[in-house]
Parts: sequence; C-alpha cells; structure tokens
Amino acid sequence: MKYKSQKVAYWFFALSMLLLTLQIIYGFIMAFAHMGYDVLHVITPFNTARAVHTNLLVVWLLSGFMGAAYYIIPEEAENELVSVKLAYIQLISLAAVGVIAIVGYHFNYWEGRKFLEIPRPLDWLVVVNVLTFLGIILMTLFKGKKRTTTSLVLTMGLVFAALLYLPGMIWFDNQTMDSFFRWWVVHLWVEGVWELIMGGILAFLLIKITGVDREVIEKWLYVIVGLTFISGILGTGHHYYYIGVGKIWLVIGGVFSALEPLAFLGMALFAVSMYRKGEKKHPNKIALSWTLGTAIVSFLGAGLLGLAHTMPGVNMYTHGTLVTAMHGHLAFWGAYGMIVLAFISYSMPNLTGRKLYDTQSGILAFWLSNIGMIGMTAAFGVAGVAQVYLERKVGLEFGDVQKEIQVHFAVLATCATLFTTGIGYYIYEFIKYGTPNDEALESLTKINI
Amino acid sequence: MLSKSQAKVFFLGGTVVTFAIFLGLSWNSLSNEVPKQTHEENLSPQVISGKRIWEKNNCMGCHTLFGEGAYYAPELTKVFVRRGEAYIKAALMSKTPWSPRGRKMVAYAMSEKEANDVVAFFKWIGEVDLNGFPPKPDLKK
Repeated sequence: MKYKSQKVAYWFFALSMLLLTLQIIYGFIMAFAHMGYDVLHVITPFNTARAVHTNLLVVWLLSGFMGAAYYIIPEEAENELVSVKLAYIQLISLAAVGVIAIVGYHFNYWEGRKFLEIPRPLDWLVVVNVLTFLGIILMTLFKGKKRTTTSLVLTMGLVFAALLYLPGMIWFDNQTMDSFFRWWVVHLWVEGVWELIMGGILAFLLIKITGVDREVIEKWLYVIVGLTFISGILGTGHHYYYIGVGKIWLVIGGVFSALEPLAFLGMALFAVSMYRKGEKKHPNKIALSWTLGTAIVSFLGAGLLGLAHTMPGVNMYTHGTLVTAMHGHLAFWGAYGMIVLAFISYSMPNLTGRKLYDTQSGILAFWLSNIGMIGMTAAFGVAGVAQVYLERKVGLEFGDVQKEIQVHFAVLATCATLFTTGIGYYIYEFIKYGTPNDEALESLTKINI
Repeated sequence: MLSKSQAKVFFLGGTVVTFAIFLGLSWNSLSNEVPKQTHEENLSPQVISGKRIWEKNNCMGCHTLFGEGAYYAPELTKVFVRRGEAYIKAALMSKTPWSPRGRKMVAYAMSEKEANDVVAFFKWIGEVDLNGFPPKPDLKK
C-alpha cells in the first residue's frame, strides 16, 4: 500500500464478504425449494429469495468494484483519495440501501423486474451514492499526477455503469418496452461496461503480479475492451429475439453473440501469455491463481456457455429454462466474482502488512469454490437440458417436468456445499488478515510491491 | 505490429460505430415494430393496471413472461389460452397457497377487480407477436 487513503478499500471488501455469505444462504433456500422443501414459504417465498439472491450478487460485486477502484486509483494517479470521509459515508449509504432493499423484499416492497427489483425511491439513493463515488474517483484522477490507460478504462467502465442504470428507471406501460430497456441496464452492464471494469482490474493485477511492461499490457487491454464493445453492444440482440420486436434482431443478435466469446478468449489468452512472459515472480501465488482463474473461467462460463444457447434456433427452446441459470452461475462467478476475489487476495497483504501468501486455507478456498461452482453449473445444465426436452419438445406440463428433474437439485445442493466450504475458507483467510494499518504503508513502500 | 495508439483507435472507433448501429436499430424497433407487434392500440387502462399488479407482487420472481423471469413456476406468455380466465382467477383469488403440482404459490387473495386486470394483462401478452416463441412441442403425441 502506497497511500493511506487506500485503506478504505478494506471496508468495501468486508461488506462484499458479508453480502456474499447472505447471497449463498438465499441460494440454498431456493435449491431446497426446487427439491420440494419450500419450508420457509411463509416468510421467504421463492420470489423473495430469488430477488434477494440476485440483488445481493449485484451489490457485493459493486462493493468489490468500488473497493478495488479506491485501491487502484490512488496508486495509478499517484495521489491520495480526495476525501476519505466521503468515501466512508458512501460505503455506509451503500450498505444502507442494500439492507433496506433486502428487508423490503420480505414485505412486498419491490418492483418485480428481474435484477432491477429495487423500488424507484431507493433507486434515487443509488444514484446519489454512485455519483458520490464517481465524484471521489474522478476528482482524485483529475488532481493526480498521472492518468494511465488502466485507470481510465476502469473509470470509464464505472461512469458508463452509472449512466446505464438510468434507462432502468423509466416507467413503461408496454411490457415489451419495459423489457427492451431493462436489457440496456442488465446486458450492457454485464456484457459491456462491467467487462471494462474487469479488464481494468485485470490489467492492474497483471502489471503488479507479472512485472510485464505496462505499455504492452495496456495495448492488449484496449484490444480486449474493443472486442467487448464491438460484440457486446449489438449482442444485446440475443435478448430481443422473443420479446415483441422485429426479426432483424435474430440475425444481429445471432451474429454478434457468436463474437462475444472472442473478448473472453482474448482476456484468457492475454492473462496466460502475460504470466508466461513475466519475469517477476510475485510471492502472492493465491492472487495469481485467482487472476488467471478469472480469465479462464469467465471464458468458459460467460463465453462458451453463453454461446451454447444464444443461437436463435437453440434459444427458441432454451429461453426461460434452467439452461439460463447454468450459464448465469458460471458467467457471474468466473467473470465478476473471481475478479473481485482476485483483487481482495492481492490487496490484503498490502493493506494489512501480513503476508499470508500460499497458505493451505487460501489454496483450499480457490479449488473448493471453483470445483463446487463447476459442479453446480453441470447440475443446472443437466436439469436444464432435461427440462427443455420434456417440456418444450415432448410437451409435458411444467410441474410434472420439475418433479422429474428434482434429483438434479440434490446434486446442485451437494456441489453448493463444496462451493460454500471454499468461500468459508476464503472468508476465514480474510478475517485472519485483520484490519489495515499504517505500518503496512511504510514497510511495503520500501520493497515496492 | 499493432501499436498502443492503433489499439486505442480500434476500441474507440469500434465502440462508436457499433453503438450508433445499435441506436439506429433500437429506434426502428421502438417506433415501427413495437406498436404493430404488441398491438399497442389494445393497451387499455385495465391491461396497464394488470401489469402494475404483476410488478407489485414480483410475479417474475417465480414465473417467466416472454421467457424472462425465474424458473420456479410455469411460463405465462400463453396462459390465457392454455388455462382460461376462470382458472387464472381462481389461482389469483385463492386465500390459501395455490399448489396444483406440489409447488406453492403465494396466496395473493386478490379482489375480483385485481384478478380481472391481471387476466386482461395476460390476454394482451398472449397476443403479442414473439417471432414464434414459445415453440410448439413437436414430439408431443
């Protein structure tokens, strides 16, 4: 850690860990409901658990991105954050919005639009919160000594993410219009600007861990984010196949969705080749595992599994089935969950001064969570394909099909237990590091990590 | 070999061009296709009220509509034709959890008016031209 104000990142990461834990609990509630044990129906019916599960995901990832930005920007701009106090206020308000939203979901206080369930009055709080965050980041960059490509790409991703939240706040009477603009937020976030954020964080990590020349890494960063936008923006079309707009989207969505894995393939090749090229042997092997892991698993989950069902002829059958859940889980985990965990693993020794590199629990955290998530993805996949065949091809009733595939949710819950054990180890490590302190500042500046 | 500034031009140029095409296509869809394919003239106050009830209760948290939502309960795009008005109203007005095949639905105990509004919404939804979705089960005997 080179700047005192970077310490604020720790508290965003702590919030992330807490929300991730809650997200997993609600995931189990849903898995049990799918197995026929909807025992919490009265207090947490499925639609509540589902809204809480997905919204917690979004908030813990955003909290992780914000923490990463508060760590990266001072170091890249060579300037302390302009206001640490405001950053703490922003953290508290982010946590408050999250808590109010989640509690509200248990009392029918929501909007009922997938991923954007936060009610409109709370949306305005989100806007104020994000503007405060961006204000701090942009002012720090503006007043800083340097403006590197890595910091600009990361900031661009954060600014666009804020702007793209706005189309989700417009009221529509027509369900098709509602859906059309909902994807401007959801798709253009996860298959667009969030990839800029991911790319920015990944570039920072690769510069620090591999020691490869910044110019080389940042050149390829431009190519990757270029591929992301070229494929991802028009790739939005794969959400427009069957919502009440024209057939042109079948062609546009089909072609550009097929290109989307290229960006993720680029990211994976980029990370692996930079690692091979690098001469610096950074001692933080755990951070390296997560960094290479996020690049590779995002290609599998977001790239390949996305491609597996975005062709219009396939999607006609798989759209709105558990096949989507299969893709969703590995994509979010690989691309965004793992990049946040990679960054936390990298920054914790620097923030706290405790160099817990290569610990047994750190290694277990990485492998158990990944094997567990891949198992969960396989269980969703098998259940999804069986559902598609029995319901969409053979024409059995939805409820009858769900009974047939119940057993796959037992497999899912077993793999989820493995995943949870891995996350448990990760959080144990996080706690073991303790809180950040100024001693870390001095000792680490000397050896320049 | 590609230079950093060329890579930057690729990123910025590619983004601007694809976003411009996206905006053009979106404009065309929203102004020409949506009114026709969704039969916007049938979007009555009752249908809109039904949509608000659908959202207020987060029905998408279990069901799908146009294939969008959650995968815990049936797809409802064609529910008006598949089940008919009486069945839908019975499910919505039930004071105990509706549970025809094991899974429980929240007991919404809606009024007759609310249930009628949701039915009107489903009827409108069912008439939207979705480019062939949901598919017909071609192996059904």
